[in-house]
Amino acid sequence: MVEQIVFLIISAFTLTMAVIVVTKRNLFHAALALMASFLGVAGLYVTLDAGFLAAAQLLVYIGAISILVIFAIMMTRRLMQTSEPAFNTQAGFALLTAVIGFGVVFWVFYVFRNIWPLVPDTAVPLASKPVVPQEVLQNSVALMGRAFVNPAGYVLPFEIASVLLLAALVGAIIVAWPKAEDKA
Amino acid sequence: MSFNLNEFLKSLVSLTVSDYLRQLWGDQLWVGLVLDILGVVIISTFCLLIVIFLIWLERKVIARIQQRIGPNRVGGRYGLLQTVADVIKLLIKEDITPMGADRVAYWLAPFLIVMAALIVWAIMPFAPGVIGVDLNIGVFFFLAISSVSVVSLLLAGWGSNNKYALLGAFRSVAQLVSYEVPMILALLVPILLARSMSTVSIVAAQTVPFLLVVPLAALIFFISSLAETGRTPFDLLEAESEIVAGFHVEYGGMKFGMFFLAEFVNTLFMSGFFATVFLGGYRFFGLENLVIGDGWAVGNLIGLVVFFVKMFAVYFVYIWIRGTLPRVRVDQILNYNWKFLVPVSLVLVMVTAVLDKFIPESFSAYARAGAHLTANVLIALVTIEILRAYARRQRRLTGGDSGLAVTAAEDHAHQETAVHHEPAAAH
Repeated sequence: MVEQIVFLIISAFTLTMAVIVVTKRNLFHAALALMASFLGVAGLYVTLDAGFLAAAQLLVYIGAISILVIFAIMMTRRLMQTSEPAFNTQAGFALLTAVIGFGVVFWVFYVFRNIWPLVPDTAVPLASKPVVPQEVLQNSVALMGRAFVNPAGYVLPFEIASVLLLAALVGAIIVAWPKAEDKA
Repeated sequence: MSFNLNEFLKSLVSLTVSDYLRQLWGDQLWVGLVLDILGVVIISTFCLLIVIFLIWLERKVIARIQQRIGPNRVGGRYGLLQTVADVIKLLIKEDITPMGADRVAYWLAPFLIVMAALIVWAIMPFAPGVIGVDLNIGVFFFLAISSVSVVSLLLAGWGSNNKYALLGAFRSVAQLVSYEVPMILALLVPILLARSMSTVSIVAAQTVPFLLVVPLAALIFFISSLAETGRTPFDLLEAESEIVAGFHVEYGGMKFGMFFLAEFVNTLFMSGFFATVFLGGYRFFGLENLVIGDGWAVGNLIGLVVFFVKMFAVYFVYIWIRGTLPRVRVDQILNYNWKFLVPVSLVLVMVTAVLDKFIPESFSAYARAGAHLTANVLIALVTIEILRAYARRQRRLTGGDSGLAVTAAEDHAHQETAVHHEPAAAH
């Protein structure tokens, strides 16, 4: 009961902030609302007992990505008077795409609820919160770490993501490297 | 269950009053809620009030280091009430919002920074069993919160409608974001050794304090915590003698006071965190588990005292450094971080991980500590040797100049000229 109320409050907060992001004309305020929205998502993770994911959300999305977004806004726009039209001519198409995307995701979860259930060993998706044993929650970080390096687990996606990040890192260094003509 | 004075005193001594009250009042929702809120209020109030003492301590100690007397007028011979007077002054000052300021951002920033400074105390183990909440991701929680506090600097800088404040915020964010990297890497080492991110488990794993097992990680963490809290020698964020105050130049009264407060609370937290992760927290040769008579667990009280002694010992080092070292330049700060701290901490993490894997499980804690200590000393020696070779080459290229005090551009120019004059320099 309490969890339901908390979930509803956090969801309402997240969605409100998300709406503010796309309607605010002041880009800086929009970025702040984006941060608040990310915070709401972190709160949702906490209600799902996914503490590590929540902290990662804070660290990566608010601590890094949002800061990057704000830097980009500050460096590319005229600083104090950022006022942009909130909607462009593609708003209709964007809405359509979003609705179709949501429909497809919902359809996948609904149609395949027997093959890929959201909660293991049940055929009832979207109904209730999964019940996770207490010892799994206590060791969730260690279990996740092992799953990432286990051939039977997620070692392939993990390595692919690592290589991607490494490539991005090398790319950033190449872009920032002083060009040959600069040296002369 | 009825009230029992003896049991109550026992729970008071062993710092488990909340458990006792929970038994007394029954395990209902409101009891838990009231006790939790009480705990939060107590810890927050403690953090806010101790700052009054910390500021006095800092002024007094630095004054002594610099052969001055320090505050000695208000509140007796030692000026004990000086900070109280300062706080009252800050509280009754007029609240100003600069013209054209972004009100939301301007007002939100001081609150957010204090919230972030207080919320991390949740994972600080003060004594056995005395901790806000023993998260299994404790250290990671601290890192996540402190990365969020960067946002409030940007809010302050942008909301002030002052280009100097904004530039100050940029400088601060650049410094804080870059020093997060070696800090995370250095914290990975004790996490590896303790096999847990929970602060309680890290304390429990320190049969030998991690300062003696991985001194290099402790040093890197300490240096980056100096930068993260913006203290000397990394205090160019608010270099008083040059740029007034950096990102909070437009703040006055208690809103300025809140930035000040957050800085001191953060520094105290870093001291406590260092004591927890590297000095064994509340542990003191098993005395923290002492039980006298029929269940008087005085060990917890001893643990509390031990923790505070360790925390303030580390805090004293912070003040000591502030009273001793000069300030460094912004390019030196960033170069030092990316070209020295990050590579060293990366090597340290890899060596520790591989070494820890190869040490047999049958080894005692002391043998394990010895192996890690040897590896640390070796890494330190190799690093010093590499730095020496680099400095020697630099000296040869620049013809006697140490190469330490040149900026990147000058450095470049020096190298160019040095190439032309190399035959002369070789003689």
